[in-house]
Amino acid sequence: MTATLSGAKGFKAARPSDEAIVVRGVSKRYGQVQALGGLSMGGLNAGDLGVGSPDGVNLELRRGELTALLGPNGAGKSTLIGLMLGLESPSSGNVRVLGGDPRLPQTRTRLGALPQDLSLPAGMSVRELLTLYAALYPRPLAVNAVLELCDLTSQARQRASTLSGGQARRLGFGMSVIGDPELLFLDEPTAAMDVQSRQVFWAGVGAMQARGKTIVLTTHYLEEAERVADRVVLLSAGRVIADGTPQQIKAGVKGATVRFVSRLDLTALRALPDLLEATLTPEEGGCKRATLRTREPERLLAAVFATGAELSELEVSRATLEEAFLNLTASSREMTA
Amino acid sequence: MTQIQTTTLPAQATRVPALRMFTALLRAELTRLLRNRAFLVPSLLLPIMFFALFALPNVQGKLGGISAGPYMLVSYAAYSLVSTALFAFGVATAAERASGWMRQLRITPASPLSYFAARIMASLFMGLGSVLLLLLFARVVGGVSIAAGPLALVLLRLLLGMVPFALLGLALGLALGPAGAAPTANLINIPLMFASGIFFPLDVAPKFIQTLAPYLPAYHYGQLGWTAIGAAPAGSQAMHWLVLAGYSALFLTLCLWAYRRDEARRGG
Repeated sequence: MTATLSGAKGFKAARPSDEAIVVRGVSKRYGQVQALGGLSMGGLNAGDLGVGSPDGVNLELRRGELTALLGPNGAGKSTLIGLMLGLESPSSGNVRVLGGDPRLPQTRTRLGALPQDLSLPAGMSVRELLTLYAALYPRPLAVNAVLELCDLTSQARQRASTLSGGQARRLGFGMSVIGDPELLFLDEPTAAMDVQSRQVFWAGVGAMQARGKTIVLTTHYLEEAERVADRVVLLSAGRVIADGTPQQIKAGVKGATVRFVSRLDLTALRALPDLLEATLTPEEGGCKRATLRTREPERLLAAVFATGAELSELEVSRATLEEAFLNLTASSREMTA
Repeated sequence: MTQIQTTTLPAQATRVPALRMFTALLRAELTRLLRNRAFLVPSLLLPIMFFALFALPNVQGKLGGISAGPYMLVSYAAYSLVSTALFAFGVATAAERASGWMRQLRITPASPLSYFAARIMASLFMGLGSVLLLLLFARVVGGVSIAAGPLALVLLRLLLGMVPFALLGLALGLALGPAGAAPTANLINIPLMFASGIFFPLDVAPKFIQTLAPYLPAYHYGQLGWTAIGAAPAGSQAMHWLVLAGYSALFLTLCLWAYRRDEARRGG
């Protein structure tokens, strides 16, 4: 999409919009630290970089989609979420959420958020906390329905501060959805959850998706993103370095892993074309198990077969999102470093 | 890039009336206050204990030209309210901020104003509650009481006059953090009470304290209370209010400085 909007006026025009969130040219600086957009200044002088544009982050998130924000620590995920929630103001650029300014109460009425560092006040029960949150929104869900959704019905009378880590995250999820928001932010939602909590949580997210909610989540668990996200946005050093469906991102990395057992040694393996990385582990009978990462598995295998070596237990696997992630963040670091 | 065509405009965003939010937040604040026994019980007992120790043995004489019993009852009501303003509002609000609860509420439609109003109201309730307990104790155990009319005037003046002390507590909380603020606030509060004639009548205080007292906010705070029950005035009402307003401005400036310093530190 190449829509150019000149000045803030373009945003104010009342029009039905597909975008739940529009981020344009946004950067954020904290003192000397460039957290988002702009040139990465971490330990470097601007002059040392030579390349790079001072442009900020551009991003459009469509209604009804579940977008996963991924990136290493310090990539700018939490900063971006803070800007989208209106907790921070951008140093440059413009953030529009549901057609409005997220810093205004009328916009915040329509969004909910589970923060990464959830704060549960001492002295209030699970039910009291949910009742308080329900009173802040015009059309809240029923407290009992939310208790059921996050599987805390039997803990309803318990003090919120005495919940286990997973239960507390589930309560945080309940607090984020009780206002029946159109847009839901989940920052590292499953970080402290055990398997059972995770199941309850993803069922709840599924229920919210079924209600047509737009969901933005950050996670370190790439398999989760791969499973639930309609779209993946990859951040590194304050920039968007990849943006697409999980399939598109994986396809963008043509990598694959090839495994087999043979008598080939490391020197023979290193002579193979298109090899990115090779590891060998010894097996019985003088054989070695080779694990090879490559961008072109077909050409690499053709060369292996050409050596005439005997292979067993041959296995070829496409790149997982995790490999794509490592690949992309590594190459973006090469570009900026 | 393909686009999903949705032509429906978002439903008109309605808001919850501010009063309903305030009521919900106030109920939450009061619930938390009442359940925080480890804080509440000593806070309510301390003024009564000091009154019993320092005031009850000396209720017979005269202070400020009036009977010493009611005079010292007003003194310890003032101590109780200053403590409430410092700790229950000031230091505790800074702790709320440090815990992330305030930031979390900022994601909701609740306005910071209704949150602060709820905290102020909860602190006022607690202050009133502690004064009522003290009055009850003084009447039942010491036979000391104040007539309803003057008492209403005392409460009105002393509740309004809590402002500078609330701001001082907040500034200490913001500057020193939740753990360090409480002992420091005590370190200021107790000597302040002695030097302002609250714990101990100024008539019997050493000369240097008598000289120092008129420069302290708690002295003027006490004067507002004592004169409400007919004690001989020392300076005009307007001057007492002016000094308290001046201290409020000073402590507010300190709050803003500490807040900015803390924000910058968090951001970096």
